[in-house]
Amino acid sequence: MSKYVFFILALSSISALALITIFIISRGAPIIGEVGFFDFVFGMTWAPGRGEYGIFPMIVGSVTVTLGAAALGVPIGICCSIFMTEFAPAALRNFFRPAIQLLAGIPSVVYGFWGLIFIVPLIREYLGGPGLSILAGAVILAIMILPTVISITEVSILALPPEYKAGAMALGLNHWQAIKTVLLPAAKSGIVAAVILGIGRAIGETMAVIMVLGNAVALPQSILDPVRTLTTNIGIEMGYASGTQSQALFATGIVLFAVIMLLNAAAQFITRKK
Amino acid sequence: MDYKIKIEAFKFFYGREQVINGIDLNIPKNGIFSLLGPAKSGITTMLRAVNRLSDIVPGARMEGSILLDGKNINDADVNVAELRRRVGIVFDVPAPLPMSVYENVAFGPKLLKKGKAEIRALVEESLQTAALWDDVKDRLNTPAQSLSGGQQQRLCIARVLALKPEVILLDRPCSGLDPISTAKIEESLIQLKELYTIVIAPHNVQQAVRISDRAAFMLSGDLIEEGANTEIFSNPVHKRTSDYITGRFG
Repeated sequence: MSKYVFFILALSSISALALITIFIISRGAPIIGEVGFFDFVFGMTWAPGRGEYGIFPMIVGSVTVTLGAAALGVPIGICCSIFMTEFAPAALRNFFRPAIQLLAGIPSVVYGFWGLIFIVPLIREYLGGPGLSILAGAVILAIMILPTVISITEVSILALPPEYKAGAMALGLNHWQAIKTVLLPAAKSGIVAAVILGIGRAIGETMAVIMVLGNAVALPQSILDPVRTLTTNIGIEMGYASGTQSQALFATGIVLFAVIMLLNAAAQFITRKK
Repeated sequence: MDYKIKIEAFKFFYGREQVINGIDLNIPKNGIFSLLGPAKSGITTMLRAVNRLSDIVPGARMEGSILLDGKNINDADVNVAELRRRVGIVFDVPAPLPMSVYENVAFGPKLLKKGKAEIRALVEESLQTAALWDDVKDRLNTPAQSLSGGQQQRLCIARVLALKPEVILLDRPCSGLDPISTAKIEESLIQLKELYTIVIAPHNVQQAVRISDRAAFMLSGDLIEEGANTEIFSNPVHKRTSDYITGRFG
């Protein structure tokens, strides 16, 4: 009996996924057909008033902000995991780990607000431009992906047999050489998965970046220019959109959904291959 | 007698816990020396202390001295990496590094920046000596993890041999292996003892009787008895030693 109760409850979480997927596709697919897939994805103009729906500037926005976040956050995250697993004494590790988990618990609107008040003026003052920019978004997202990157990398390093390290050091390597030439290559698949999941987290984030990106629909010329991402496009316009505009936002959602699904599938494939 | 390793008033601690309570032991050059004892006797710790691999455990600390060719291994001017190359170690779990068979053996010599041809020759020679060459000569580039357990352990021995060490420490190297693999490893150890000082924690008393020239019996961090194979196994002085070797405990 209890088996069926659990089955139905488990089914409800799967069915939520199914419902959302079907809903987004049924609402968004017609407009892609109308505009044409190529013109939708590679169109340069987003002007719902004139019936022009091209999301290419937002794809560029999402990609640049996400890559920026990865470029900043991934090295810091990996180094942090190496420090925690290999160098930190137990006391320090027991402080670091919950502190990093706490980072994941901060609401994204708080990140956005802090970015707007602190990071944006800093960029405006020292680097120029409006401050609201790719760089501001990348910095905020870099911090937000740290918990994902750090915890998955840490787990994959801790999962290695202790004999790898002992064996490498017994051959005359020092600690850092053992980490570099044996431990990191051995944990490679886990680390790649950590990076991909971090990127997936960054590309899907909305609230924090809405507040610091400036949201201009134009191709950026530098990292100090404002951009709009796929997520912020939906977040900004959903409130007042209707008709084809609303459909176009759902279609934006389909593109986003597909990208994140691809990233997650890649992460799963890489970790399973091992 | 010519002693390779002299251990004097040696104590070892993990944090506050003392696992070795003051040991004096001399290990002669070229021969097989067995360190016998039940689990938790401090044998693994003793072995790992000889090439200072015990350094990597946080909170570990030693007192007393270990002399290698009369030189204290804890002296400030000792290069730990070089010490570990002179004193190789094989663990109880075969743990080849996550790379190919060839790379595993070539790994150590590569660090020493030896030439390609030299490394190639060294790899073949080491695999021959470890009685593994015939098994793997056609698949040197396959991942080491694809070998059987016994082959992996012989690979670990070859990996140590490729560094041309003086001492080889083996911590229950046959614990997970079948009798045929065990016999092969024992055969190669008996050949190797002409050139190397071998210290082994055997996985049972029979193995110690078969291969060792001298043996010591350790219990709960104390050295109970030490002597030549013929004495310690046929005529032990202490009751606890005879209880252990006759299988009354352990």
